[in-house]
Amino acid sequence: MTGRRSRRKWRHRLSDPQTLFGKIWDRHVVAGLGGGAELIAIDRIFLHERTGAAALNSLKAAGRPVADPSRVFCVMDHIVDTRPGRGDQTLMPGGQAFITETRAAAIEAGITLFDVTDPDQGIVHVVSPELGIVLPGCTLIAPDSHTCTQGAFGALAWGIGSSEAEHAMATGTLRLTRPKTMRVTFTGILAPGVTPKDMILTLIARHGAGGGKGYAIEFTGEAVTALDMEGRMTLCNMATEFAAMTGMIAPDAKTFDWIAGRRYAPKGTMLDRAIAEWRTLATDEGATFDAEITIDASAIEPMVSWGTSPEHSAGISGQVPADPPERPVAYMGVEPGQKLAGIPIDAAFIGSCTNGRLSDLRRAAALLKGHHVADGVKALVVPGSMAVRRAAEAEGLDKVFVEAGFEWRMSGCSMCFYAGGESFPAGSRVVSSTNRNFEGRQGPGIRTHIASPETVVASAIAGCIADPREIAA
Amino acid sequence: MTPFTKLTAIAAPLIRDNIDTDAIIPSREMKSTGKTGLAEGLFSAWRYLTPGGRDPNPEFILNQPAFAEAQMILGGTNFGCGSSREHAVWALAEYGIRAVIAPGFAPIFAGNCTRNGIVPVVLPAEAVAEIAADGGPVTVDLEQQRVSLGDGRHWSFDIGAEARAMLLEGLDAIDLTFKRRAEITAFQAADRKARPWIYLGELPA
Ligand code: SF4
Repeated sequence: MTGRRSRRKWRHRLSDPQTLFGKIWDRHVVAGLGGGAELIAIDRIFLHERTGAAALNSLKAAGRPVADPSRVFCVMDHIVDTRPGRGDQTLMPGGQAFITETRAAAIEAGITLFDVTDPDQGIVHVVSPELGIVLPGCTLIAPDSHTCTQGAFGALAWGIGSSEAEHAMATGTLRLTRPKTMRVTFTGILAPGVTPKDMILTLIARHGAGGGKGYAIEFTGEAVTALDMEGRMTLCNMATEFAAMTGMIAPDAKTFDWIAGRRYAPKGTMLDRAIAEWRTLATDEGATFDAEITIDASAIEPMVSWGTSPEHSAGISGQVPADPPERPVAYMGVEPGQKLAGIPIDAAFIGSCTNGRLSDLRRAAALLKGHHVADGVKALVVPGSMAVRRAAEAEGLDKVFVEAGFEWRMSGCSMCFYAGGESFPAGSRVVSSTNRNFEGRQGPGIRTHIASPETVVASAIAGCIADPREIAA
Repeated sequence: MTPFTKLTAIAAPLIRDNIDTDAIIPSREMKSTGKTGLAEGLFSAWRYLTPGGRDPNPEFILNQPAFAEAQMILGGTNFGCGSSREHAVWALAEYGIRAVIAPGFAPIFAGNCTRNGIVPVVLPAEAVAEIAADGGPVTVDLEQQRVSLGDGRHWSFDIGAEARAMLLEGLDAIDLTFKRRAEITAFQAADRKARPWIYLGELPA
């Protein structure tokens, strides 16, 4: 196949209706490579300390400089300690080397680093939007699968491996094959107590953890438009759990309001000019998608997982299926047909790039006020960024959490994943606002039930999986 | 990167759906900032008896004598889902795995495979089951895009042209892209005028 032929297949005539995805993709095509591949320009790159040193050192060893360091950023988030007073020391054995080597490599490469003690430190997908680094219409990549979170801004943002990060840093591009497009429409409006986390878990439970494979997804519909930017990020965050390349949402006035005034965002007349272009970033009427899914958002209830894949999730009033696969129920220690509400828990975790933002903490604290964590339940909150932590403290949310028996931490990925350091006691059952319930994800033998922050709070108070709508204010 | 043209080898069946990269290489096994020293940690939660320990679990497929020389893995759907860590592929490659045959791969994982000389072969679940039941050596012929068994049974598979070319020739993607430097420079010069807010610094001379 020649480059010309593949181009003819894909290039839309100006008059053809296009999808949001198609507009961003076409805008970034540097060259056709033949055989269906295209060279795509990459606008923003993020690294983190878990893999940053490997990518930067490997580039350096090959004698390849970072082409444009002004558009490459690095955060310390994955394995940093989250206990107050932290430094480079971390609970992960050997972890300190990841921090110091990434720091040294980042400084040498001349990229922007948000270091351990930087006031802007936080989880990559929380920090990037906070600082206006992700912008509508941009391409943004990071060697982290939850980079799709940032699609909430109408950006094409997705996770890659280390080799691709090196490629993008060295050349400012990636060699890609255009994915298919899928539109997921959430009609109606969410019921009180139901959140974007429940929307995305519903999608994955219904259509499978592989349901989005090969697709770039656009989330749309009344329930999506109604979400604030933080809710939109939660929704897009778990597109990767659906095996999609990414999830995205067309930018609107809420998006532009969020961006205005942020450090790396355009300012003044440049912002006006940018917004004029960003307004064109919507799917045209009549544009077609390769696949369509529609979900009635008004019928969604709070969701909680029972197994070891996000597709093993059900409504809080539901049960473990009568005939579930053996391995997940054995690992999780649940019975076929067992009711989810009432399963006793040992721990509760609020945080992560899915649900560690200010609005998440606000809603959790509002539910928690006047209650206390059940005896024997270890509970902690880890803000998604130091900026979130400061904002929460300014509102007194930290006091609500601490008085109710939660630990209040510094920002980082923390116990969203286990790197050999801090974990819950072996075998613990945890209700967690994170995005992955894989075997061992939070530590050896740890049984993770993923849910919204509201459901985590309700469960922490009750000492068992509980429906947040049943908490008396 | 080691080119891959054709290989006949033992394939170890690990046919579970959604085998994630935390299972392939648990984060605690990523002990250094380099790309090596990972083979020992491959599948460690399943391969060894205790977390962090090194006593082989005799039940685990790669610990069984018949599969000691396996250079391929037979997997379930959505193989390699989860974390984007390329360490999962580096660990497989270092252990000696050259192909994974499964009904489907997580996209980031599949991309990482083709950049490290491992062929992600997509075949229907029934075909994967048939290959597992056969138990004999399996041939993956990338040039012909064909998987075959000793008795002649065979299946063809699809793989993107770009991935196929890179694997066959063991090409370095960055070197290939550098040949497009003029196009990249031209794109950026025009783009900088059209979307100046994207460019945060002066381009190096
Ligand atoms: S919070 Fe969890 S999912 Fe998000 S980037 Fe960190 S480790 Fe990954």
